[in-house]
Parts: sequence; structure tokens; C-alpha cells
Amino acid sequence: MSGATVDLAWPPDGVTRVPYRLFDDPGILALEQERLFRGPTWNFLCLELEVAGPGDYRTGAIGETPIIVTRDEQGELHGLVNRCAHKGALVCLAERGNRRSLSCVYHAWTYDLAGRLKGVAFRNGLKGSGGMPTDFDPAQHRLQPIRVEAFCGLVFGTFDFGMPPVEEWIGPTMTHFLRRNLGSRPLKLLGVHSQTIHNNWKLYAENVRDSYHATLLHTFYTTFRVNRLDMDGGILIAEGTPWHHISYAKRATFDEAAEYSEAEVHSAQYGSRLAGPALLEAWDEFEDGITHSIQAIFPTLAVHFTLNSLCVRHFAPRGLEKTELMWMYLGYADDSEAETRMRVLQGNLTGASGLVSLEDGCINEFVQRGTRGGGDGAAFLEMGGRDTESSRSSRATEVAIRGFWAGYRELMGFA
Amino acid sequence: MIGPGTRRRVEDFLIDYVQTIDDGGLDAWPSFFTPDGRYSITTRENRSRGLPIGIMSCEGRGMMEDRMLALRTANIYEPHTYCHVVGQPRLRDGGDGLIAARSAFTVVRTMQDGRMVLFAAGQYFDRISDDGGNTLFRERTVVLESRNVDVLIVMPL
Repeated sequence: MSGATVDLAWPPDGVTRVPYRLFDDPGILALEQERLFRGPTWNFLCLELEVAGPGDYRTGAIGETPIIVTRDEQGELHGLVNRCAHKGALVCLAERGNRRSLSCVYHAWTYDLAGRLKGVAFRNGLKGSGGMPTDFDPAQHRLQPIRVEAFCGLVFGTFDFGMPPVEEWIGPTMTHFLRRNLGSRPLKLLGVHSQTIHNNWKLYAENVRDSYHATLLHTFYTTFRVNRLDMDGGILIAEGTPWHHISYAKRATFDEAAEYSEAEVHSAQYGSRLAGPALLEAWDEFEDGITHSIQAIFPTLAVHFTLNSLCVRHFAPRGLEKTELMWMYLGYADDSEAETRMRVLQGNLTGASGLVSLEDGCINEFVQRGTRGGGDGAAFLEMGGRDTESSRSSRATEVAIRGFWAGYRELMGFA
Repeated sequence: MIGPGTRRRVEDFLIDYVQTIDDGGLDAWPSFFTPDGRYSITTRENRSRGLPIGIMSCEGRGMMEDRMLALRTANIYEPHTYCHVVGQPRLRDGGDGLIAARSAFTVVRTMQDGRMVLFAAGQYFDRISDDGGNTLFRERTVVLESRNVDVLIVMPL
């Protein structure tokens, strides 16, 4: 612990109020690195299929800290800080690859796939002079290890070796649903891209938990009856730690509520026929009736399953007011050609150009820009009450956002 | 063998396409395609890894019309304009009576307050039908250099 502190008093109304300062104070971003990203959290690093074989590696980051995930010859996964023990240079530059060992390009210090130092160029000097002191001990110099765990095809890492396993940390409800979506059959990667959004990462963490906005801002959802609040659905909050959640809807239970038309909301204002309807010709993938879901795992991960479109979203902080939102589209290894084609077409619903979701590229920026000059002001989050309990009958609630802030506040020590 | 008349029509067609978008004539965008035409935006990374889900994918004019309807009436975004700069196309015989074309492009995006960025750069890979002088895309694949999109893509490239 560097002992950094930030003088922030949370408003007395608790998690129903969110100080604007959290989104543009550099001191808070620095403190998040220490207390949150290098603290007791499991952070998404990569898909397990990206490091499937011996020697595969994938680079990434936890917060600002660069990380390498490797799989060694015995099949074991390792997480290492991507920082040479010599001068601190990046050891792996490429996003992914396959190697028998890791070698820093600067002075050719070489590590095995578990991060142990195996070779130092010119350790004994040349022609009898130079070289390391005689008491140089390679065992004292290695790549800093972190703890990694693969769960349901996702590789997580933590700096905290005292953390419980991922499954225990997220609890049984979150585990059950991740298994449903990602753990039941081998996965296949179908596509990747990313979006730079010009807002603090926490605004996107709120956004993915915001079931209230989803059907108001994203008019495609409501118009084409993919997701509406007048379908059966709810919000499930993780046991014990309310910072993870699942929001779900059942399309077959649509029962049009007058509120959509009476409220004259933007979302109900255009006709409901598609000229090219093929992308909504979904098949029922599961027997539980859930046709739309989004699940957020604290701090920077979400998984959505909209109709047949399955996608892992990772939103990585890239500075105080910048976030890279990465979209990793998945199918199952045993999908038929027709199923893959449907997943490809439904890829149109989300992503940087998503018929449903493209607004999220700018809406959080509008909050970032709107809260500038807001001083000690705070957002107001009392939709659906003031608690952080699961809401099984309604998604007209901000309960999951309050849950995020409950976790954030606790970890950051903001009393 | 692509004759000079065909070459000229195709080159004009490729320029008309980007100028139509840059001038805000998005309703006409689907009419640059055959009724069963395909339009997609992907990235160099997805293309080289053989991954089928890019950023946008339309099969047939209907899906393109839906996109334009959504853009006009449903999607929320900050108003902006594009300026395309397109390089000289390389034309080849594309088989099935089609012409294959490839050209490089860049797009500068300007927001309403004047903020201007290099928004996109990449390659167009086209299969073009030129039946009786009626030139249309059977397929246009936009391959972006970068995997990363600034903010969002709502207007076609």
C-alpha cells in the first residue's frame, strides 16, 4: 500500500447518491489502482481459448498494470506482470503469440513461462571482464507473479493471493448463470473489436447495470420487442457482494404496458416492421425462457446474451476520461453453419455499430461532459428504492447500479 | 478484360458512393447495392484471423434500409459528418461476370463543434455488377486498419 488517500466524504444518503467527483478526479483514479485493481478483486484478463495450448501467451492489463497470461508445457496457466526484472521494460510486446520462453528485447533477459529468470546475457562478462557480481542470484529476480484462474472460459487475475476462488467470490447465482452461458459447451471466438468511449470507466460500469435506461435510450430494443420492461424479467444481485448482477428478460412473455405509449418516451416512436427481419429470427437456446440477459462481474466485465448473440465485454480504463470497450463475440464450437450465421447477423445488435447499443458509445460521454463543473454535486439513484436487493418482478430499478457503488465504496474505503 | 468504358463507369460509381454519403444522402445508400447485395464493416484483425463477426453486416437492401431508418429515427448520437478520401481503385475480373475492385480510403469525421479526427482508414474490397451500364455493388467489404472505433459508427463508410 502506498498509503495514498483521497479526501472524499460520501453523501449521507449512501449509494443512492454518487458524487460527480468520482468521474474526473485524478487522485481517485490513482487510488483505484491500489485499492481496487491491485486490491482484492478478480479482474478479467482474456478468454481461455486465447491461451489454449502450451506456450500460448496473451498480454493485457489490470487497471494500468501490464500483464501477461501464459500457459506452460504442463498446461498450467500463469499470470505475470509484463515488466522485466532488470529495467522494467515490457517483456511481451505482441497481443498474443506462442513461445517456449519469454525474452526481454532490451538486454535479452530470458524467463520461463512461469516467469522465472533463466538467462542473463553476458552474465559472466566477455573475455574475463564485466558481467554481474559473483553474488548475483537469478532466483531473486523474476517476473512478478499474480494469481490467475480460468473459470467458464474466462481468465481472471488478482494481485491478492488471499482471494477466494472466482466461483466463491461471485457467489452461486452469478456462477450458475455464467455456467449456463459460457460453461456448458466449448466456446468458439467469432469476432473482436473495440470502441473508445470518452468517459470514466465507472460510467460504463453503471451503464451495463442500468436496466432503467436500456429500453428508453435503446429504442430498437423496445420497438422490435427484443427487450422491454413489460416482459417478464428481473434483476438478480449476487449473494453477499451486491457489486455483480444479472438482468434478464423473457421475450415470449411480452404483455404491452400502456406506460410505454402514455409516457411518450422516445423509445416507442417508430414503426415496428423490419425490411430485413432475418436478424431477429432467433431460436430458443435455453429452456428457462430467458432470451435477453446481461451479467456484470465487478469491476470491468460484462457478458451479454441477446437472442443468440453471446458476447464478452471488457471495459478497460485508459485514463481518467477514456475507456476502451472490447467486444468479444462468441459461439459454441459445435454450432451448425446456420447457427453461426444467425450469431453473425445478430452481431448487428451490439458493438460499435450496434442497432441496439451504439448509443452507449456516446451517452456516458454526455454524463462525463455534463457533470463538469458539478463541484460537490451527485447523481440521484432512487429508482426502484434505496436498497441493493434482487428485484425479481421489475427492472424499472437502479438496484444493480447501487450494488456496484456499494462494492466500490467498500473497497475504496470511502466512508 | 475490363474495357475503358466499364473502367470509367466503375470509377465514377465508386466516387459517387462516397460523395453521396459525405453529402448526407444516406437514404440513397442502399440503392448503390443489388437487391441481394451485401455490405459489411470488419477489421484487419478479424479478416486475417478468419473471424466472421466484424462491426456491421447487412445482407440485402432491406437490412440497409433498416439501418438508415434506425439512424434517422431511433439511434442517438452527436451529429457529425464524414469526408472520404479514396485512392485509385485496382480493378480485376471478379468471376461470375463481376468486377473485383480494391481501393484504400481514409475518413475524416467532423463533429458539430468543429472537432475533427482521422476516424477511419482501410481498404474497400468490392464485387461490382455492371449489367448494361447499370453499376451496383454485389458486395462491399470495408476492412478497417484498426480494431478500435472512436465513439461509434452509425453512418456507413
